Amino acid sequence: MLKPKISSVVAGPKTENSLRRRLRLGERFVEGWIFLAGVLAIIILVGIIATLIKEGLPIFAYSSPWEFLFGAKWYPTSEPSTFGILPFFISTLMITLIATAAAVPIGVGCAAYLAEVAPTRVRETVKPIIELLAGIPSVMMGFIGLMLLSPLVRSIFHLNTGLCGLTAAIMLSLMSLPIIVSVSEDALRAVPKEFKEASYALGATKWETIRHVCVPAALSGISAAIMLGVGRAIGETMTVLMVAGGALAVPSSPTDPMTTMTAAIASGIGNAERGGLHYQALFAIGLILFVMTLGVNLIADRVLQRQKRKFAR
Amino acid sequence: MKKSIRKWLVFLGATLALALIVASCGGSPSGSFKIIGSNTLTPLSSVWAEEFMATHSNVSISVSGPGTGPGIAALIDGTADIAQASRPITRNETAQAEAKGVHPYEIHVASDGLAVVVNPSNNVSVLTTAQLSAIYTCGITNWREVGGKNAPIVVLSRDTNSGSHDFFLQRIVQMQGLPSENKTLQYGPCVLFLASTEAGITEVTQNPNAIFYPGLGYVTNQTKILAIKKTASDPGVLCSKETVLDGTYYLARPLFYYTNGEPTGLVKEFIDYCLSSAGQEKVSEAGFIPLA
Repeated sequence: MLKPKISSVVAGPKTENSLRRRLRLGERFVEGWIFLAGVLAIIILVGIIATLIKEGLPIFAYSSPWEFLFGAKWYPTSEPSTFGILPFFISTLMITLIATAAAVPIGVGCAAYLAEVAPTRVRETVKPIIELLAGIPSVMMGFIGLMLLSPLVRSIFHLNTGLCGLTAAIMLSLMSLPIIVSVSEDALRAVPKEFKEASYALGATKWETIRHVCVPAALSGISAAIMLGVGRAIGETMTVLMVAGGALAVPSSPTDPMTTMTAAIASGIGNAERGGLHYQALFAIGLILFVMTLGVNLIADRVLQRQKRKFAR
Repeated sequence: MKKSIRKWLVFLGATLALALIVASCGGSPSGSFKIIGSNTLTPLSSVWAEEFMATHSNVSISVSGPGTGPGIAALIDGTADIAQASRPITRNETAQAEAKGVHPYEIHVASDGLAVVVNPSNNVSVLTTAQLSAIYTCGITNWREVGGKNAPIVVLSRDTNSGSHDFFLQRIVQMQGLPSENKTLQYGPCVLFLASTEAGITEVTQNPNAIFYPGLGYVTNQTKILAIKKTASDPGVLCSKETVLDGTYYLARPLFYYTNGEPTGLVKEFIDYCLSSAGQEKVSEAGFIPLA
């Protein structure tokens, strides 16, 4: 009875060793592969930044950075050309702010309902439907905005035209909603059960538990969700190109037609002479857009860190 | 994530070409070439390419329309055999081409008329070029000032991607070739720049105060074409095939193919087909105006 046991003990280290060696080889391979993938991502990022800088920076020899950033006139094809991106900058800011302000309360509210209040069956039907909304191509959203929403906005606000920043912002809030709902719901559901049970045990109501326990505990996830939503709103091109109106003046209200930075790039790059001033100016807009999103991410990261520390205490 | 329609068109064109290569078998001349350029010309080039490939089963042609600028850049880089253009090549582009040893050769393949359209409920039916220029520079902002009802004018234009944008700027806004020509005029701050001709047509159909300038092939019967007077003393002329062909309509423009030097071989055969009577018949079908 003991013999087999002994033999297995003797044989054990041998097979285990070869197994470990094989595992190590496989692991080495996978590790190397993952490392390469990580390096590749960095190489691509550096390549993109280098291209943006190489193609975009020369414009500042023609037009000073101050003129470029705060000039209100954009006449890329006239002689001599004038490049001022203030109207695009203000438009992007305006549309992103309105879209985020509309999408965040609705999105986080919806996520809290799905995670904490809704019965399982409701959640399991509603969540995939909301996620499906994220799969609608932006061209389709632009088309819907053009055909359905813009006449509606025009008649409700008594505007000259429904092709304006507000229409674009509403469409963008609809587009960032699924991301915000889906990611925040995941974060809320990941809050340990004990937290909620403790809260209920102290006599807190459902609302108090959601407001003071679940949301703060899931705040890093919710912030990530909001950042993803903001990122989508800043970067979205096709929909704003189709419904924002495309006026080149500095917008004074959200109901004015406007052009965002992304739309300005998309609507100009097709006819720009390669290497010409117009081409360089569009790349410079791209560079500024990149710096903006980087800034948003850095600020979000800072906020997130601070919140985490606060919560840990 | 943000694919533009144009990228889809490129993909569509490539898929179409691939499908046709697979489908084809047998026949005498064989080979393939690429046409890249103007978005306006893409529907016409696609029809020509399909017809040509139907009779030359070993030939494959791919057509894509990212815009006139990228098309000419592709010709200079040698990635396109034909650049399709809705504006003539610029001096800069010619210089770039010559520097790379490419000699752009211009072929006029069809013409296009830009119609000025408004909503059918608009009671204005004729405008002079000077009035249009004032509307597009935001000097005239109410329909009342040109004989219409008291309503603000919603001024629609194509964006700088479009050859039509430049053409309308020179011909209407700056009134090129007219006594009132003023090269310093630009589109005004009230103008809305739209990404596609379809978007403009949609807005004119829905908005009683809008004005827009689509190519003749895009005009639908839910919009009203305005007659244009070259000067206040000239008669008003409506945009139509006839008025573009007899030269009386002011807003007509040529559409070009550019090749590297005079076309030879297969490309020459294709262009000969485009310029033949069978090819020019397709021009009218695609909504453009054939060569006289």
